[in-house]
Amino acid sequence: MEWEVVIGLEIHVQLATKTKIFSGASTAFGAEPNTQACAVDLALPGTLPVFNENALRMAVMFGLAVNAEIGKRSVFERKNYFYPDLPKGYQTTQLAEPIVGPGFVDIETDEGVQRRVRIHHAHLEEDAGKSLHEDFHGMSGIDLNRAGTPLVEIVSEPDMRSSKEAAAYARKIHAIVTTLGICDGNMAEGSMRCDCNVSVRPKGQEELGTRTELKNINSFRFIERAIDTEVARQIDLIEDGGKVVQETRLYDPDKNETRSMRSKEEANDYRYFPCPDLLPVIIDDSYIEAIRETLPELPDARRDRFMSEYSLSEYDAGVLSAYRPQADYYEQVVKQSGDAKLAANWVMGELAKFLNQNDTDIKDSPVSAEQLGGLLVRIKDNTISGNIAKKVFEIMWSKGGSADEIIEAEGLKQVTDTGAIEKIVDEVIANADKQVEQYKAAEPDKRGKMIGFFMGQVMKATGGKANPGAVTGILKQKLDALCD
Amino acid sequence: MFDKTLAELAQGLERGDFSSSELTQAYLQRINALDSRYNSFITVTEEQALAQAKAADEARAAGNAGALCGLPIAHKDLFCTQGVRTSSASKMLDNFVSPYDATIVSRLKNAGTVMLGKLNMDEFAMGSSNESSFYGAVRNPWDAERVPGGSSGGSAAAVAARLTPAATGSDTGGSIRQPAALCGITGLKPTYGRVSRYGMIAFASSLDQAGPMAQTAEDCGMILNAMAGFDPMDSTSAERDMEDFTAALNQPLAGLKIGLPKEYFSEALDAGVAEQVRNAVTEFEKLGATVKEVSLPNTELCIPAYYILAPAEASSNLSRFDGVRYGYRCDNPVDLEDLYKRSRGEGFGAEVKRRIMVGTYALSAGYYDAYYRKAQQIRRMIQQDFINVLNDVDVIMGPTTPHPAFKLGEKSSDPVSMYMEDIFTLSLNLAGLPGISVPCGQTGGLPVGLQIIGNYFAEAKLLNIAHQFQQTTDWHKQIPAGVEV
Amino acid sequence: MSLDRSDVEQIAHLARLQIDAADIDSYGQSLNSILSLVDQMQATNTEGVEPLAHPLDAVQRLRADEVTESNQREVLQSVAPATEEGLFLVPKVIE
Repeated sequence: MEWEVVIGLEIHVQLATKTKIFSGASTAFGAEPNTQACAVDLALPGTLPVFNENALRMAVMFGLAVNAEIGKRSVFERKNYFYPDLPKGYQTTQLAEPIVGPGFVDIETDEGVQRRVRIHHAHLEEDAGKSLHEDFHGMSGIDLNRAGTPLVEIVSEPDMRSSKEAAAYARKIHAIVTTLGICDGNMAEGSMRCDCNVSVRPKGQEELGTRTELKNINSFRFIERAIDTEVARQIDLIEDGGKVVQETRLYDPDKNETRSMRSKEEANDYRYFPCPDLLPVIIDDSYIEAIRETLPELPDARRDRFMSEYSLSEYDAGVLSAYRPQADYYEQVVKQSGDAKLAANWVMGELAKFLNQNDTDIKDSPVSAEQLGGLLVRIKDNTISGNIAKKVFEIMWSKGGSADEIIEAEGLKQVTDTGAIEKIVDEVIANADKQVEQYKAAEPDKRGKMIGFFMGQVMKATGGKANPGAVTGILKQKLDALCD
Repeated sequence: MFDKTLAELAQGLERGDFSSSELTQAYLQRINALDSRYNSFITVTEEQALAQAKAADEARAAGNAGALCGLPIAHKDLFCTQGVRTSSASKMLDNFVSPYDATIVSRLKNAGTVMLGKLNMDEFAMGSSNESSFYGAVRNPWDAERVPGGSSGGSAAAVAARLTPAATGSDTGGSIRQPAALCGITGLKPTYGRVSRYGMIAFASSLDQAGPMAQTAEDCGMILNAMAGFDPMDSTSAERDMEDFTAALNQPLAGLKIGLPKEYFSEALDAGVAEQVRNAVTEFEKLGATVKEVSLPNTELCIPAYYILAPAEASSNLSRFDGVRYGYRCDNPVDLEDLYKRSRGEGFGAEVKRRIMVGTYALSAGYYDAYYRKAQQIRRMIQQDFINVLNDVDVIMGPTTPHPAFKLGEKSSDPVSMYMEDIFTLSLNLAGLPGISVPCGQTGGLPVGLQIIGNYFAEAKLLNIAHQFQQTTDWHKQIPAGVEV
Repeated sequence: MSLDRSDVEQIAHLARLQIDAADIDSYGQSLNSILSLVDQMQATNTEGVEPLAHPLDAVQRLRADEVTESNQREVLQSVAPATEEGLFLVPKVIE
C-alpha cells in the first residue's frame, strides 16, 4: 500500500528577553543552578506575576512576520499539573485567546518541493525548569533557572507531508525568529525545541490516522531522522495488523528509535482556567502598527532581493538569507569587496567550512566581514591568487590581522612582473625535455591541457605567487614557439 | 490604657505620655499574660517589636515621626514577614520563615509601626470560625465557648481582647467583616485592587483583599492610609492616586441615601441581629440620612457561585505546596507521587483538602462550563445587581452576619451550614466592592455587626459614615466581660 | 450529580492528596453536600451573560524588561527541605 505521511509541528521558541516572562530575574544561559530563580520563579507563597513588555512585543513581531492575525485581547490561563520542574503546580500559558492567531509560512525543500504551511496559532507561555538526573543519593536535582523564561509556542496545522518538509518548516521558523532577533536560535542550548505530531494514512484517504507526538527534538537533522523512524514504525505496525496508539514518544538519537514515554502516559486533566493573578492583555492597532514599522527585512524578502540585486541563484540566496547574522555578514562582505558572487562563494565556502569545523556561530567568527572583504579585494586586484587567499584566510582565522598585513608579513604578494616570470618559465622548460617533447608531439588542440604540468612547476618555483594568468600566457607563447 | 484607640495612642506618643518602647513592652506583657485564653497569636515577635519600638522612639526624637510611628500592630499570619515564620495557620508552613516582606508589611514597617506578632486564622484563610487552624481554635473574648469568626479570627479576637490596638486581616468571602462583627470591632474590606496582594498567601486571587481591623473606623482609616496604594508587583493592583482616608471622617451625613436590601432581612436572619441593625439604621436617619428598600435579587446565588470560584482558584493556588522548595515534606517519600500525595495529604487540614477537591472537580474536564463558567456568569449578575442599586443609593446597609457568634464545634462538622454564615459578605468579594463592619448593638450579650457597602473605591465615604455613627454610639467601646483594661 | 468512592479517589489523585481509605466516604459526603449546594446555580438562566473573571474592568500592566533580581539562592534555599550543590532534591524523576 502507498502511505501518506501527515506532520504537524509545535515549536517552542525561547524569547531573547533579558528577564523572565513574569519576574525580573535574568534569563542568561549557563548560570550556576538556581542563581537566576527569584522568589517569583520559585513560587514562594504570596508572590505574583507581572508581564514582561518585551515578551509581548516579540510575540507580536513573530505574528506579523508569519502573516498572522494578532490577538488584540489575549488571556493567560493556568495549565495545572504536578511536576518538580514546575514550581507553581501550573504553567501559565494561553489557550482560548492567544496572542497570535492563524498565519502561514511558505517553505521549499532541497528537492524543490514548495508548500504553504498554515500556522494554527502561536501563544505565549513560561518555560519550566530542568530536572538533572545525575545521582544524588538516588534523588534528582532540580534547577529552576530556566523556569519562567518566556516562550512562544508555534502550532502548525498538519500540513507537512514528509520529514524534509518538516525540517524545512522548522528551518524557516528558525530563520524568521533569528532574523527578527526575538530568539538566539541556539538549538543546542534549547532555545528552539520541536514537538512533531506524526501520523500516516493510505494515500487518498481523507481521514487522518492516529498520531503520536515526538517530544523535544532540538536539531533539524533529528527532526528528519525522528520522523522517518517514527513513520517506518507506524507503517510496520499497521501492515503487521497493529494499531497506532495516541501517545507521546521520545526520540533517542543514539539508537535512532522512538520509545513511549511511560511517565506521560496517564491521561492528563489540566484543568485550564484563566489566571486570576493576571489581567487580559489588550493591545490596539497603533501598538501593532508601531511594531510593524520596526520589523527587519524578513528571510523571504531578503532572499528575493539577493537574487535580483546580487544575481545569486535561488539556492545561494536562500542559504545566505536564512540566518540574519550570516545575511548581514554577507552583505557587509559584498559592500567591502564589490563582488557579490565571490562574496557568496567565500561566505558559503571557506568561511562556512571553518565555522563548522570549529563549531562557531558566525556572530563569533574570528574573521570579521571587513577582514574577509579586504581579502577578496586583493583577489580581485590580482595581488594574490585564490589559492594564496585561502592561506591568508587561515592565518587571519588563527592569528588575526588584515589581508594586507598578512600578505606583506608572509611575502605572499603575487608576482606579476613578466620579466621575472619569463625567467622562471625558461628554466622550467629547459629542465623538462621529456614533457616538452610530448607537448610538441601532441595535436595542437590537446596541448592546452598539457600546459598544467608546466604551470605547476612554475607555481612550485614561485611559491604559488606568480599570477596564473600571466604564467599561462607566457608558457603558451614559449612552448608554441618551440613547436614551430 | 489598653482601652485606647490607635488614634488616642498616637496622641499619647505625640504628647510624650509614653514612649513606643513602653507601649510595646506593655502590650507584649499583656499578650504573654492573657493570650492563653484566646489563642489569638501564633507567633509573638518580642525581639523585633522592641527593636522597632526603639527605632520609632529614635525617629520621633529626631523629628521624623509619621502618623503611625511607634504604634503597635499585629499581622494575620498569611502576610509574609521577613525572618519570621509565616504559617497561614497550616502544618504545611509551620517551618516556613519568609525570606521577604509582603508589600503591606513593608509599607506598615516603613510607616513606623511596631509588629507585635503574627495572628491566628483559619488554615489558608479557609473558614468562618477559626477552627481550622493548625495551631488550634481561637476563642471569642465575649464568650470563650464561642468562635470569633473567621478566617481573620485571631485578628478580631486580639483587637477585642485589647491585646493589640489594631491588626491586619484579609477578606476573601467575609474574613475581615464577619469576625469583626462577631467580636464587636470595626473591620474594612477595601475595593479589590486597593491594597496590594503581593506577599499575602493567596486563597482565591480574584477575591482576596487585605484590610485593617481595629476598634474604630478612624483607626481603620489610619492603617489603610499606609496599606493602600498601587503596587507594581501586583498586576491586579489599581493604579490610583493616594488618598487620605482620615481626611473626610467628619463630613455630615445629611442627605445620605441608604438602601436596605429586602433579601438581607429574610426569616433566616436572627431576630436579635435584625433588631440591632434596624436600630442602627434609625440612628442614621437621625443623622439626616434617608432610607429606602432596595433589591439584590441574586443574593442567594452568591453562595454557590462563591463556593465554586473560590475553591477552584484555591485548588490551583495551593498546588505550589508540594514539599519541594519549602514547607512540609513527608518522611522518606518512595517516589515523586508519594512525595506529593503524602506531603500534601499530611500538610493540609481537612477543610483545605475539601476545598481543593471541590475546586479540582469544578475545573476538571467536562465540568468547567457547568460549574466554573456558570459561576463566573452568576458573578457578573451579582455585580450588576450592586451596580444597579448603587446608581440609586449612596450605600447599602444590612447585617454583616445572619447570627451572632456560634459555639465552637457547632458547625464544624457540616461545611454547608458554615458556608451559609457568609451569605451577606461573599457577594462583595464577588463584585469587588468595599464593605465595612461596624459594631451596632448586642444580642444575648454578643456583639452584632452592621455592614455598610459602598461603591468602588468609596472607602473614604464608608469610613466617614462609620465614624459618624461611632460619634453618636458607643458599641465600639464595649469591652467583653473579663477583659480588664 | 453525586460522587462515589472512585470519583473521590480520582479527584484526590488529580489534586495529589493522600486521603486515608477510612476518610474517603466522609470526604465524599461533604463533597456531595457542597455540590448539591452549588447545583442551585443550574436553575439560573445565564444565557448571554459574559463570564466575570475579575471584578475590575482592568487590563494587564506591562513590566519593563530590566533585571531587578539578584542571586538570592542561599536565603531562598534556607527554607528548602533538601538541597545539594544548589539544586532542590526530589525523588528520582523518571521520564
